[in-house]
Amino acid sequence: MDLIKASLAEISQAVRTKKISALEVTKFFLERSKKLNPTLNAFICFDETAELQATAIDQKIYQGENPGPLAGVPWGIKDMFCTKGLKTTAASKILENFIPPYDATVVSQLKKNGAVILGKLNQDEFAMGSSNENSYFGAVKNPWNLNCVPGGSSGGSAAALATRMVPASTGTDTGGSIRQPANFCGVVGIKPTYGRISRYGIIAYASSLDQAGPLTNSVTDAALALELMCGKDMKDATCSSQPVPEWSKNLNSSMKSVRVGVLKEYMQDGGLHADVQKTVEKSLSELKALGAEIIEVSVPLTKYAVPMYYLIAASEASSNLSRYDGVRYGHRSNFQSLANLELGEFYSKTRGEGFGEEVKRRIMLGTYCLSSGYYEAYYNKAGQVRRLLRDQFIAAFNQCDVILSPVTAAPAFQLQERISDPLQMYLNDIFTVSTNLAGLPGMSVPFGFSEKKLPIGIQLMAAHFQEQKMLNVGLALESISGMKGLVANV
Amino acid sequence: MSRNFEAVIGLEVHAQLKTKSKIFCADSTQFDAGDNENTSPVSVGMPGTLPALNERVVEQAIKAGLALNCHIRPVSIFARKNYFYPDLPKGYQISQYDKPICENGSVEFKLQGKAHQIRIERAHLEEDAGKSTHFGDYTLLNYNRAGIPLLEIVSGPDLRSPAEAAEYAKALRQILRYLDVCDGNLEEGSLRCDCNISVRLRGETKLGTKVEIKNINSFRFIEKSLEYEIERQIEAVERGEKIIQETRLWDPDKNKTFSMRTKEDAQDYRYFPDPDLLPVIVTKEALEKFKKEIPELPLARSRRFTEELGLSENDADAIVSEREIADYFESASRMCGNFKATANWIMTEVLRELNESKLSIIQSRITAENLGALIKLIDAGTISGKIAKTIFSEMWTSEDSPEKIIKTKGLVQISDSSAIEKLIDEVLAANTSQVAEFRSGKTKLFGFFVGAAMKASKGQANPDLVNEILQKKLKGGL
Repeated sequence: MDLIKASLAEISQAVRTKKISALEVTKFFLERSKKLNPTLNAFICFDETAELQATAIDQKIYQGENPGPLAGVPWGIKDMFCTKGLKTTAASKILENFIPPYDATVVSQLKKNGAVILGKLNQDEFAMGSSNENSYFGAVKNPWNLNCVPGGSSGGSAAALATRMVPASTGTDTGGSIRQPANFCGVVGIKPTYGRISRYGIIAYASSLDQAGPLTNSVTDAALALELMCGKDMKDATCSSQPVPEWSKNLNSSMKSVRVGVLKEYMQDGGLHADVQKTVEKSLSELKALGAEIIEVSVPLTKYAVPMYYLIAASEASSNLSRYDGVRYGHRSNFQSLANLELGEFYSKTRGEGFGEEVKRRIMLGTYCLSSGYYEAYYNKAGQVRRLLRDQFIAAFNQCDVILSPVTAAPAFQLQERISDPLQMYLNDIFTVSTNLAGLPGMSVPFGFSEKKLPIGIQLMAAHFQEQKMLNVGLALESISGMKGLVANV
Repeated sequence: MSRNFEAVIGLEVHAQLKTKSKIFCADSTQFDAGDNENTSPVSVGMPGTLPALNERVVEQAIKAGLALNCHIRPVSIFARKNYFYPDLPKGYQISQYDKPICENGSVEFKLQGKAHQIRIERAHLEEDAGKSTHFGDYTLLNYNRAGIPLLEIVSGPDLRSPAEAAEYAKALRQILRYLDVCDGNLEEGSLRCDCNISVRLRGETKLGTKVEIKNINSFRFIEKSLEYEIERQIEAVERGEKIIQETRLWDPDKNKTFSMRTKEDAQDYRYFPDPDLLPVIVTKEALEKFKKEIPELPLARSRRFTEELGLSENDADAIVSEREIADYFESASRMCGNFKATANWIMTEVLRELNESKLSIIQSRITAENLGALIKLIDAGTISGKIAKTIFSEMWTSEDSPEKIIKTKGLVQISDSSAIEKLIDEVLAANTSQVAEFRSGKTKLFGFFVGAAMKASKGQANPDLVNEILQKKLKGGL
């Protein structure tokens, strides 16, 4: 079988019916990953037990057991997810050698369904970034153009998929960290409704915005991967008890009488790159041709989404990252002696060395926003506007089934191009942060290439818990895009 | 108080709620576990771990709030209190800030017979931190306490003396123990107290600058530290000094408070709602259910015991000091109908035996029913008070009922006057010289005859009858 093209279901089916062993599959992807990694830097580390895990799957099959719908499918795991016994760093020096004694709920769920963990994927440090240049372990390259960024923060997850180092990977998305790199690398990426996937064991960046999701090479794979990652978890109070539908089985690409909303605010500013503009227009006309109804909708508060996002995310991050203090685990500054050391110095040296520039910037921004005298004007006000934004989106979804938009204003930019201009970097998230603020599901589906041969995707959003609607439109787009199964040649 | 000053005191009491597991994870709360034995990735703040609220904690907080006459918020919010300290694993403490679960209540207590009512501003839930033990050049950390559920009960600035403050704390402890939501064990730290204290001239309505004395773990130290602090502050004011707003600690060895940090070092805790936890919703139905579960509280019970059962105020207060003692009293007195005698027996004999054997009343070797039966036997005249004491000791050793002991030992009181007459005749016949002396005016000898008669009956003769018959015989001639 062609493991480069095979779907998750096909690989698992072949393994379960002994057409190929899980070990063979794992060896194939491990070899491929190790070969490509020096060029792309997508993996931070490989799991030395990958082949053992695969052998265990084969043994189960040999004994007549069913290892589950992901039997023998190798996964790459973003380094934000804790993996028992396997280094988990969040791409930060402060956790450089941290080995968790537990699996994130998502990881244990994947394992339970037969997945093999191949290794940990590179990212922006603590998921803070849009280019993957903020990693302590170095930048990831865009497989379609090695001089470009793969996007971030789940840059490793997207680059690994684009080159088929793995058939599936996990990402986290706080303001676009799955959708934006999926867009830059030409793969499918989904952030489900907030609460769909347990956050337990996922290193927290901004708790009220963080949501995990899969990155895959097709919408069908994404639907299957997503349903296996979702579900109630008693360890996460914010995890929803909504039943998880079998999205993959209910996929339907018929666009008859599907109402596709276009956000007035996203299209009118004229800031779009011509290639992106063309791609979005093409997607709309194609959908219309398939029977969809195109409706203009308005969510006026999206214009405040970026500042809202940075106030809220930085505030929560400043608190979430307090635990990295060098006391119980992680990096501790190399002090000659602890005697006569001021506690403040212990913290400032340890944290000063352990965190990268962007992380420190956000901690300081967040600390400021939460401090007495500023809380009301910043964090609290942002929270109030956030609720209104959510209400406006809910109203918009009364008029349409999905909202279609660009993922980013332009295709992947050059490495180093924006690293010295944080504000320019932050504006990358202009189309993606609103779904996180409103808790909505969103996805990125590849739909074309720029003139410079960089992938361009389409973003779809749906009402809370209406992932199926989004996936269906995604499938329709995929079927006319000619992008499915494209692998970047490196 | 000296020199025309008055003290204004408010207390913050941290009560450890009585749960098997911690507030946000399944770690045990057992007190005597080995160092860091009661920990898990959640309680030591490992990356990616999340809090999951223990519902028992909320239930107990609601009960406490109801007993303290508080308004229970239909929606309360957990907030993060951010600060760095090595025994605080996450770099923030999960607490409640502007929306605590209980607000605006009051506590009543009596001090030297006078009733006091103290406002409760709020009672909020929070997690405890770990424990740092400092040694010269290193510090050891024990996170067993990290995540222990606490209810912080904040009083209004309504207390006016150290004695009032201590009595208020005792009253709180009693109420929490009645509710079975806190074991009130001060040595184990399940009740800790911060005292806010300022002084002002009598008649002044503005509050003076307050000082906080932190982490006091005994009622005596509440009183002593406040006494010291009041004196210190008055002397300072009289010298014309300004009181500095600061946090002080009590040194029990030196009998002094000393400064820990001043307000200038005060931290900005950057409180904000914890995005990892949902709002705590208390429905009307749940509230009604909890209201029904609130037992009669000590003050009301004591009032009922004095007003309806005729106990003295002192006896009633002593009996209600512990819910289990009051329960024991009620079962025993229900059995015999003699409330006063039951109270006496409990406060003297029962509590003495319990103290000697270091048992609590629920472990008493004499059941409430058996004590009631014993008192009933005395009141019926079946046994004398003296025999009752013997039977009581026997009951304590054997755990048998009084009836059984009386039967096997033949200890029934002799109330048959002809039998006693016979017995007395023998005593008088054996002591003719004493009889003569008595009759010649040495009436003090009456006691001697009573003793001899009781001895002859092995203590079983009804003493009233012995008296009556002796009087008759000695005065009336043989």
